[in-house]
Amino acid sequence: MSDLLAARAQMAMSLAFHIIFAVVGIAMPLLMVIAEGMWLKTREEVYLTLAKQWAKGTAIMFAVGAVSGTVLSFELGLLWPEFMAYAGPIIGMPFSLEGLAFFLEAIFLGLYLYGWDRIPKYAHWFAGMMVLLGGTFSGIFVVTANAWMNTPTGFSIVNGEVTNVDPIAAMLNPSAFSQALHMTIAAFLAVGFAVAGIHAYLLRRDPDNLFHRRAFAIALSVGTVFAILQPISGDISAKKVAKYQPIKLAAMEAQWETERGAPLRIGGIPDEDAEETRYALEIPKALSFLAHSDFNAEIIGLKEVPREDRPPVTIVHFAFQIMVACGIVLIIAGLLGGWLTWKHKSLPTQDWYLRFVTLCTPLGFIAIEAGWTVTEVGRQPWVIYNIMRTADAVTPMPNLVVPFVSFTVLYIFLSIIVFVLMRRHIFQSPHSYDTL
Amino acid sequence: MLTLELSVACVMLISLIVYLLTGGADFGGGIWDLFATGPRAKSQRTLITQAIAPIWEANHVWLIVIVVLLFVAFPVAFATISTALHIPLTLMLIGIVLRGSAFVFRTYDVQSDTTHRRWSRVFAIASVITPVMLGITLGAVASGTIHVDVENGQVETDFISAWFAPFPFAIGFFTLTLCALLAAVYLTLETEDPELQEDFRRRALIAALSVGAMAGLSFILSADGAPTIRRGLGSAAWSIPFQILTGAVALWAIWTIWKRQFRLARVLVPIQVILIVFGWGLAQYPYLVTPDLTFSNTAAPDAVLRPILIVLGVGGVLLVPAFWYLYAVFKGAARKTEQTEEEVGTYPDNSA
Repeated sequence: MSDLLAARAQMAMSLAFHIIFAVVGIAMPLLMVIAEGMWLKTREEVYLTLAKQWAKGTAIMFAVGAVSGTVLSFELGLLWPEFMAYAGPIIGMPFSLEGLAFFLEAIFLGLYLYGWDRIPKYAHWFAGMMVLLGGTFSGIFVVTANAWMNTPTGFSIVNGEVTNVDPIAAMLNPSAFSQALHMTIAAFLAVGFAVAGIHAYLLRRDPDNLFHRRAFAIALSVGTVFAILQPISGDISAKKVAKYQPIKLAAMEAQWETERGAPLRIGGIPDEDAEETRYALEIPKALSFLAHSDFNAEIIGLKEVPREDRPPVTIVHFAFQIMVACGIVLIIAGLLGGWLTWKHKSLPTQDWYLRFVTLCTPLGFIAIEAGWTVTEVGRQPWVIYNIMRTADAVTPMPNLVVPFVSFTVLYIFLSIIVFVLMRRHIFQSPHSYDTL
Repeated sequence: MLTLELSVACVMLISLIVYLLTGGADFGGGIWDLFATGPRAKSQRTLITQAIAPIWEANHVWLIVIVVLLFVAFPVAFATISTALHIPLTLMLIGIVLRGSAFVFRTYDVQSDTTHRRWSRVFAIASVITPVMLGITLGAVASGTIHVDVENGQVETDFISAWFAPFPFAIGFFTLTLCALLAAVYLTLETEDPELQEDFRRRALIAALSVGAMAGLSFILSADGAPTIRRGLGSAAWSIPFQILTGAVALWAIWTIWKRQFRLARVLVPIQVILIVFGWGLAQYPYLVTPDLTFSNTAAPDAVLRPILIVLGVGGVLLVPAFWYLYAVFKGAARKTEQTEEEVGTYPDNSA
């Protein structure tokens, strides 16, 4: 394994691990705040029990998210010192704001988790909302910094030197809004359906348990609202990528030739040597329309750039297909749930539907991992799009396979423990709520 | 007039001090978990857990603030430090991950003695490794052995020699003793059980003497190990009175611990830590990474620093009251009588 590959693998592994915990830390507070708000409004004990149970799971996930996030902030320098020496000041603004938001999240999470009996009820609820805000903005700012790597703005290069740095312009780069929107919605969507799926599973075993009915109702509502919003943000993102990173779009769609009226490909196997894509189901002109709102718009193909400037097409294309497929299933799940609720005027607890939602549990997270694969692998071979190559950013440190293997082993170990603990705390039914 | 980069540097130094006083004490709690002995070992561990559970995650963020400010305001220094000190920083990160995870796993895992003890062990060992590695990193930065070509930012040092040396290790263990001292002194005021208080008084005295020993050793080793620091501490006009002041505060702190004036000790020990870190900062000025990188030759442009300072100002307005509220709720006077064991998890009781 070359040092560059080891560094990329360590970064990818660290991000893939962290993002699960980060997303839970962003979105679980929304569910907790809703449950606690319902308790404050209705004084039904079950809502308080629910908020407390969810808080336990969040405590575990947040702690692992916080420490793995710390690892990432150091890894930027440990693995990519050249990149950080170049880009650190330019993208410092979103990182500083992220630090501030994360700080507020950590402070109010301490108050939330340990303050149930210490602070007034509404102060506690307020703390929950601050955790929600802190987590959400923390995520938005980090994604904004990543967006700059895709569409770098806010500086100029004179004789190879960076000058005229404008941190605000860098933060407000063209991809910032679309990426942050897409990711934030994805977080709530994924967590909403994951929690709904867990409680759907438990409801099938324990159908009259009020606790799971309330939990299922809240989580499914959150998941559904964000599932319906996500295609809109997906469309905004796609148009930005088409405009600013046409080669990434070409890789997502495995589009080799530049053509007008390009088709949308479903499935298909890209052949990077032969430079063609086989066995895809093609919807005529649909890609041109989705990317530029015009059925005859020109789509740039991968052949426009030399091979060494192309991302790994197969990975990006498959990852994109997986993301979209997961998203579509979740939208169907949300719409079906809404329709069943409307039709029967009751919580959709039909056995087949609970079974379906149970199967949806991991889909949002799979979509997030796949989506980040599209963003990150699709930007290759660049770390800063069209400005700095990933290969030029890596540390001179030798034997990078050692830290890569160490962190991988560590994170696999932590994943197993977290899974066991979550099973113990979350997959359980408080039996005082057995009957309706 | 303070330049923009020095203003950011001051915020970083203050953040480092706050991190030591808060997060450092959390690591110190882990150290005393490792050395929990005697008939009250279990109560000691429970007290430590209760003391740090609500606040450790917020305390930890100070470290992130320092890292972010370092790469935003002094990017070449960040790249240099993370290249030359890749190994101790990686070990520190593994310590951070294991400490935090083990702590939360211990609270939420099955409450059996074996499981509890296993997580306790991981938590405690990681709490020792992390501050040592942090200290080694700071010691190496001060040592003057990390050489950089200022023109192109290339690090000209190998990946071992800058930190694998007596001086950085002395600073590593110096940091460890400071964390242990802070924790022991704080813990004397976390309990009303006089026996537990005595346990931590004894530990505070041991830690205070160890701090003195490590300070002396570090000073001796600095002659060869960190000549710039030695020059700063030994010959500048401010340095002798400053060191006398630090020493006097340290002795007074030991006296108050001895006399069981724990409230006063809780003020004096942090002052001692502030003076030590501040003295190091003064001795190292104007170098950020001795001897090639200074604050001014690594600073980001003013167009970057100015908005960052504004963010820090606004952030302070938001964070200081929030941080204060957190501490008022969990460390305020009304706290102890209300504290129930169920809230933070406790050690399993064998008699049950």
